[in-house]
Amino acid sequence: MAEWINTILQGVLLGGLYAMFAAGLSLSFGVMRMINIAHGDMIVFAGYAAIAVASALGAPPFVAALIVVPALAALGYAAQRLVFNRTFGGDPMRPLLLTFGLSIVIQNSLLAVFSADVRGLDTGGLSTATLDLGGQIGLGVLPMIAMGAALATIAAVQWLFRHTRVGRAFRATSDDPGTAQLMGIDRHHIYALAMAVASAVVALAGVFLVMRTTIGPTDGPARLLYSFESVIIGGLGSVWGTVAGGVILGVAQAVGAKLNPGWGVLFGHLAFFLVLSLRPQGLFPKTRDR
Amino acid sequence: MNDPSAPTRDADAPFAGVAVTRGNRVSFVAAVVAAILVVGIAAMPWWAERDQLRLVTEFLYLLALAQMWNLLAGYGGLLSVGQQAFVGLGAYSLVTLGLHGGLNVFAIVPLAGIVGAVVAVAISPLLFRLRGAQFAVGTWVAAEVFRLVMANMPFVSGGSGVSIANAVRGMSIDWRDAMTLWVALVLGVGSMLGIYALLRSRHGLALVAVRDSERSSQSLGIDVRRVKLLVYVAAAAGCAMIGALIFVTKLRVSPDSAFSIEWSTTALFIVVIGGIGTLEGPLVGTIIFFALREWLSDLGSIYMIVLGILTMLVVLLAKDGLWGLVAKRVDLPIFPLRRKVRGLDGP
Repeated sequence: MAEWINTILQGVLLGGLYAMFAAGLSLSFGVMRMINIAHGDMIVFAGYAAIAVASALGAPPFVAALIVVPALAALGYAAQRLVFNRTFGGDPMRPLLLTFGLSIVIQNSLLAVFSADVRGLDTGGLSTATLDLGGQIGLGVLPMIAMGAALATIAAVQWLFRHTRVGRAFRATSDDPGTAQLMGIDRHHIYALAMAVASAVVALAGVFLVMRTTIGPTDGPARLLYSFESVIIGGLGSVWGTVAGGVILGVAQAVGAKLNPGWGVLFGHLAFFLVLSLRPQGLFPKTRDR
Repeated sequence: MNDPSAPTRDADAPFAGVAVTRGNRVSFVAAVVAAILVVGIAAMPWWAERDQLRLVTEFLYLLALAQMWNLLAGYGGLLSVGQQAFVGLGAYSLVTLGLHGGLNVFAIVPLAGIVGAVVAVAISPLLFRLRGAQFAVGTWVAAEVFRLVMANMPFVSGGSGVSIANAVRGMSIDWRDAMTLWVALVLGVGSMLGIYALLRSRHGLALVAVRDSERSSQSLGIDVRRVKLLVYVAAAAGCAMIGALIFVTKLRVSPDSAFSIEWSTTALFIVVIGGIGTLEGPLVGTIIFFALREWLSDLGSIYMIVLGILTMLVVLLAKDGLWGLVAKRVDLPIFPLRRKVRGLDGP
């Protein structure tokens, strides 16, 4: 019994990390209506960047995050402004094809620079520390920090959307880019800002990923799929739905892995298809896909 | 409707001497050259080295794979990054029907097509709930489900994969190579001619109309869902047949290789670089793909980086691909789809 409670708790906390993955994807889909196929590779890229910074400076992970997060935000702004924006209008397939190409470029660049070896970030014992709740039930300290960070990040993004000028511009551009432009909003700048915010979230998620586990250069696509599944399970446009989606995915994976070590990821995918067949709009839908 | 022999247009009418044609000199020359090439390739087992034979086989099955992806994305507007699901199912048809069932591996190729079609029909109601980019990622998840299911199946030796060498035991290597080439030729040429025939038919018109605007084509009475389903199932059947053939050449089937995203990546790169939504584009793309590989394959990951960057550049700067750049400058209707009216420029 205690074993199963532990499994569920681990799944819930894993869901926190997935929610952070998904928040970045949800943001770019919400504002730009584009799915960034390189999303997972950006998470892995951020993870490698954090490892490189931490080892170059001999700094702890949280200091690395202070450097990687703003750096990736700037990179995200530039990429959207200079490259992604050029694919909008006309064929909706173009952003997807472009980011697919980018995904392969990131994976193989990481492979060329860091080799195929898996790497992680030394957390000085933090990743193995547990909080004993008694009765053989324990909670990992790092997963709890990750969950807390995910909730804080998502709350911050929510606040940005609801209560700031730029958030209003995000929502307006999402609803109707043409009219927003007429009201004096520079769509290209707004898209780039949204990508900057999404990239900052992605960077934070990447740092937590490498603190929690080791990664290889081709681990990005799996992270894209988990992000996508969390968003669809939770319902498009619903920020807290995404958290629920991440938790459902995390629990499904943990339960599957508990039943058979080879079933973890499979159970996550099956949970996604189950939700898609029973409730295609997701559990907590907010916006309708155009 | 533009039939000059229609009763209202007799010899005295202003339409006298007007003819509507599709064929032209370019398409005629291209057809003759293609026919000579096909005969030459079919005769390769008698004149070529084994290495050349295998290279041409690979060229043909990648061309077929690219055309299937082109049919889906370029003509059907269904962007999938999960076609490896069907390549993998084709590969596993070899394991179940060939290794365990004892069927001839080449007889399994068409059967794999049926397997692919049936599975596509079965999973389409779920996947078609997703649209656009979401559909693309959804197909990828579906392919991952197949991969993980196969990796957990003791019957097909799970994740470590299985050798199918026993399924081709008793077949001479020469005969196997020759048969593989001929089947690849049928698939490669068949994919091009099949799509060409489809595009010249009523269904082809409906297909392109749906791609260009779902709403308008629906208002004209086209059953959009049915058209999309047909394309999805046809491409699935094609990919499964190609998958079965590919793994006859590899002789070892593992979940990671059979359901590898690389199959979709390769098809996507070839089609986008060559020219999406054209019949000539994938042919050009496959040639470029092989040329780049010959040139850069020693560099490992650099090769994929170059392909990725080339794809991004084409999407940004030349969205009709490299063939599109050519076709914009020179009118080369190798596969004529447009009708031309002749004889109107009278006195």
